[in-house]
Amino acid sequence: MRSRSRSGLRRERLSVTGAGPVGPYRLIRVRRGDLDPGEPGQFFMLTPRGHALPRPMSLCLAPPGELAFLIDPVGTGTRALAALEAGDEVDVLGPLGNGYRLDVDRPLLVGGGIGIAPLPYLAERLGGAPVVLGFRSERHAKAAALLPGAKVVVDPVLVTEALEPSRDLLACGPEPMLRALARIGPEAQLAWEAPMACGFGACYGCVVELGGRLRRLCMDGPVLAGHDVLAAPATTEEAAAA
Amino acid sequence: MIVNGSGCLDALAAPDVARGLDVFVTKTVTPLPREGNAPVRIAESEVGMLNSIGLPNPGIDRFLVESLPELARLGIPIWVSVGGFSAPDYVALCERLDTRAEVTAIELNLSCPNVQAPDGGITELVAGARSATAKPLYAKLSPALPDIGAVALAAERAGADGLTLVNTIRGLSLEERTLAPTLATSTGGLSGPALRPIALAAVHACYRVSRLPIVGVGGVESGRHALELIAVGASAVGLGTILFREPGAPARVRAELASGLAALGLSHVGEARGIAHTQDVALLPV
Repeated sequence: MRSRSRSGLRRERLSVTGAGPVGPYRLIRVRRGDLDPGEPGQFFMLTPRGHALPRPMSLCLAPPGELAFLIDPVGTGTRALAALEAGDEVDVLGPLGNGYRLDVDRPLLVGGGIGIAPLPYLAERLGGAPVVLGFRSERHAKAAALLPGAKVVVDPVLVTEALEPSRDLLACGPEPMLRALARIGPEAQLAWEAPMACGFGACYGCVVELGGRLRRLCMDGPVLAGHDVLAAPATTEEAAAA
Repeated sequence: MIVNGSGCLDALAAPDVARGLDVFVTKTVTPLPREGNAPVRIAESEVGMLNSIGLPNPGIDRFLVESLPELARLGIPIWVSVGGFSAPDYVALCERLDTRAEVTAIELNLSCPNVQAPDGGITELVAGARSATAKPLYAKLSPALPDIGAVALAAERAGADGLTLVNTIRGLSLEERTLAPTLATSTGGLSGPALRPIALAAVHACYRVSRLPIVGVGGVESGRHALELIAVGASAVGLGTILFREPGAPARVRAELASGLAALGLSHVGEARGIAHTQDVALLPV
């Protein structure tokens, strides 16, 4: 059952306790304050200094007393977040959205690129699970260090060629990967992403066309079932490849 | 009085945020359901936010049956924003709302930059709405109007009870790597800090010609920003983009505004309203 309203929104200014590179990404650790880490797959809104809008980031790790986020510095906001150093402060709102269900028998975690972000916390909460990760380059694949023991493939090999489809899939990654996994596993739990202004249902900015209709990811997701997206029209890339 | 800018809050999704306001203004309701514009719908610029949401809403029928009773349970006054594409649309929407006790006031969205502008002049649209309801009517105007004071006066003469100033102003942002427009509709409505001086100028111009109550909206992030809008003529202040990153902003802005008024030796907003005009050098010939 997806929640229709967000009560008790919590936002705090948290100090950064540490930051370091993970492949091309950067892991930012902040003091937890009174924020709850939430469930794996939920996200937090982090406001980069000097920016009008916060950025949605799924929780990567929940060390004692801390929250850790994996940042891919691809735009002005994420570059500002990636530049945070120990002692800096950042405004954090969350946890938000609907995370992964953990009541699965034979979990297999699947990550693509920066979609690896929610998987370390998910693996921890599941008490360990096999993991398949796909990256577009060996440089990006260095981020697999966050999930020791993971099976790693690098482009042009796809994660869909490396996984055992009979398992309960819990995934996060680029849209073509998620749509491919939805076809393999209608019950797969897939974490999507979209630009978001608020994260709590106010802005209607984060809609994604899924299952033939526009869905607010912050309220209906970001984790959705494969069958929720199956009726969706093909993406441009898929249409071009067909 | 602290309200939200229409479109900047879904009170059913975030009831606690809505309860922090003195009035909740709904997202714009149209005659028929609208899914809104295709994504990408939001973007950021160095000076604010761009949106092209496109007025998604359940349509007036479902709004009245499903949303309005739930909104009424919030326990704060509800203003319903309505939008149409012709004068008869505004008449029909206002007629439907007129009989509903849950509705404190109606805001006429005459200025969304992301959908087709309604046919008809401001006088026709406001007069049509006026003929259909006894509820207080607020006309929400665009800052892109060349003479917003004249339009405000026309709205007042057509029967508006108040003005909401301003809606967003059209802007565009490009992707860093590809130089393609970020928004699916290319252009969108610019809000946030960039809108602040524009809203100040609009409120300033309208207060000169009209004594209607004015809800000042545009880039307010602090009590000081709210105080400035009041000083140029606003009687209430709307929060928009700030709510997205700081849902607790209403309480903070209210407290800062009270401190700002106290620092001037004033005890309430009414005493500060329009004080910028008493020392306005622009009144002098150049």
